[in-house]
Amino acid sequence: MADNTVKKIATREAYGSALAEFGGNEKIIVLDADLSKSTKTDTFKKKYPERFINMGIAEGNMMAVAAGLATCGKIVFASTFAIFAAERACEQIRNSICYPRLNVKIGATHAGISVGEDGASHQAVEDIGIMRSMPNMTVICPADAVETRHAVKAAIEYDGPVYLRLGRLSIPVIYDEATYKFEWGKGITLSDGSDVTIIATGLMVHEAIAAKDILAKEGISARIIDIHTIKPIDEDIIIKAAKETGAIVTAEEHNMYGGLASAVCEVVSQNYPVPVKVVAIKDKFGKSGKPAPLMKEYGLTAEDIVEKAKEAMKMKK
Amino acid sequence: MLEKDKLKQLKITATKIRKHIIDEVYHAASGHPGGSLSCTDILTILYFHEMRVDPENPNWPDRDRFVLSKGHCAPALYATLAERGFFPVEELIKFRSIESYLQGHPSMKDVPGVDMSTGSLGQGISASVGMALAGKLDNKDYRVYALLGDGELQEGQVWEALMSAAHYKLDNLTAFLDHNGLQIDGKITEVMSPEPVVDKFKAFGWNVIIIDGHDYDQIINAIETAKKTKGMPTMIVAETTKGKGVSFMENQAGWHGSPPNKEQRDQAIAELDAFLAELEGE
Repeated sequence: MADNTVKKIATREAYGSALAEFGGNEKIIVLDADLSKSTKTDTFKKKYPERFINMGIAEGNMMAVAAGLATCGKIVFASTFAIFAAERACEQIRNSICYPRLNVKIGATHAGISVGEDGASHQAVEDIGIMRSMPNMTVICPADAVETRHAVKAAIEYDGPVYLRLGRLSIPVIYDEATYKFEWGKGITLSDGSDVTIIATGLMVHEAIAAKDILAKEGISARIIDIHTIKPIDEDIIIKAAKETGAIVTAEEHNMYGGLASAVCEVVSQNYPVPVKVVAIKDKFGKSGKPAPLMKEYGLTAEDIVEKAKEAMKMKK
Repeated sequence: MLEKDKLKQLKITATKIRKHIIDEVYHAASGHPGGSLSCTDILTILYFHEMRVDPENPNWPDRDRFVLSKGHCAPALYATLAERGFFPVEELIKFRSIESYLQGHPSMKDVPGVDMSTGSLGQGISASVGMALAGKLDNKDYRVYALLGDGELQEGQVWEALMSAAHYKLDNLTAFLDHNGLQIDGKITEVMSPEPVVDKFKAFGWNVIIIDGHDYDQIINAIETAKKTKGMPTMIVAETTKGKGVSFMENQAGWHGSPPNKEQRDQAIAELDAFLAELEGE
C-alpha cells in the first residue's frame, strides 16, 4: 500500500466517471440519497442533470422508486453507501427489485473497513453475504478503476439486478485499460502458480499480488485469481485451481461469514475438496482510524495472506 | 353523474368481483377478504371506467399503471383483472395453490396485468412514484394509480414516498387511501393511529379529496379532479367499510386475513347473488 509510484484511484471515482462516460444511453437514470459527492454520481449529474434524481436521505424509498422506474424500461443506478443500500434498504432490494428481477443496479460505495475514519456505523462488512443470498441478485466487486469501468459497462448491458461493491479508498490501478477484458461471471488468473491459489476480490486483489511476490522469494509458487463477479461465481476457475494447486486462500474486505470465503468453499466442498484458509474480518465490527493501520489491525494485508497460504499448504494431503 | 345503465353495469361487475373474492379465499383456505371487499368499488371504477389498459397487451408501454400497495388484497386485484379479461376467471379458485400463477401477493412476473410486485407494505407507493417519474421523464401521458391501506400508513416508507412525489410535483400520480379503519389487530386508531390522515397528506404537499369509497360518482369525480390538478399529486381518501357487501364481514377486523368456512362462503355468495338479482331486475 505504501508504493507511491503506482497510480491510485478509488473504485467509487471510477464508477462516477464510467456512469458519465456511458451515460449517453437515454434509458439510464441515476438515483442518489444525498451522497452524490461521496458516491461520485455527481460526475454523471454534471453531464446529464435531467437524468439524475436526488431521492434525499430515504434509501428504502429510493430502492422501490428505482424498481418503479425499471418497470417503465429504465436502466436505473441507485447509489448510496453500502451500509445503507445492502443493509438499511435490504428488504426493499429483496422484495421490490430481486423478486420481480427488475433492471436496477445498486452502486454501493464505501464498502468495508477501508472507509476509515467514519467508523463501524458506516463500514459495511456483511453486504456481500446479504446480497449474494438473494435470488436473482448478482454481485460484482471490482479490484481497481479499470475493472470498475468495465463492470459498469457490463452492468448496463445486463438485464437484471446488480450489486456493485465499491470502495472509498484510492487503491492501485492493477489493470491496463488497453488489454483488460471483463467477462461476466468469469474470474481472472493474474498469475499462474502451482503450490497454492490465492482467490481475492476488491482491494484485496492487489494485496494478493504483493503476497505472491513475498511467497515467490521463499520459493512458493502462488496462483492469483481475481474474482470480480462473486455471483454468479466462476466455478470452473475455482475447481481447476483446487485440482492443480491443492490449496486455496481467499481474501476479502468483508466478514468471514457469507462473503467470498463462503462462496469459494461452497464450490470447493461440493466439487473437489481441498484446504481453504480465509483472510477476512474475524466477525468483528470495524472502527475509526486511517485505512492502512485498520487493514493491518484487522488482518487484511499481504502478510496475512502469506501466512494463510503457508497454513493451507501444510494442510494438503 | 353516471348514466343509470352504466352505473348498473359497474355495480354488477363489482358484485361479480366480490363473489370471486369470497371464492378465492374460500378455495385457498387463506387470504384477505376484508380489505379486498373494501377496495372493490375503487378497483372496479379504475379498470372498467377509467384506466387505459389493454388486456391483450398487458405490458403496453403507454398504459395507465396501477400499484396495489396493500398487496395482501390481491384477491380483489386478481378478480378485477380476470373480469377485465387479462386471464381466465377459472384461474381464480386456484389462488394461492401450487398449480396456479396467482401468488398469495401480487407478482408482476407471474400474473398478467399486475404492474408491480407488492406485499411488503409501504413499497408499492414508492414504486408508483418511480413509474410517475418515468412518465414525466419520457413525456408520456399515462397516469399512475396506487392504492394504500390505512394500516399501511404506519410504515415510515409511505411518508418517504409521499414526500418524494410532492417534491417532484407528480401530478400524474393519484393514490387512494382505503380508509376502512381496521387492521389485523383491531382499530387503526388503537393499534397505532396514523390520524389525522387528511392533515398529514396536506402537510406532505398532496392535493387531498375525501369521498365515500363506495359511491361511484364520487370516485369518478375525484379521479377527474385529480387529472385536472397540476403541480401536485392527489390523494383520494376513500371512506370505506371493511368487508363491504357481505353483512357478517362488514366492519369486523377478524375478517382481515381469515377465510370463510363452507357455510359462511355459501351465505356470503347468497347475499351477493341476491344483490345481483336485485341489480339485474332494475
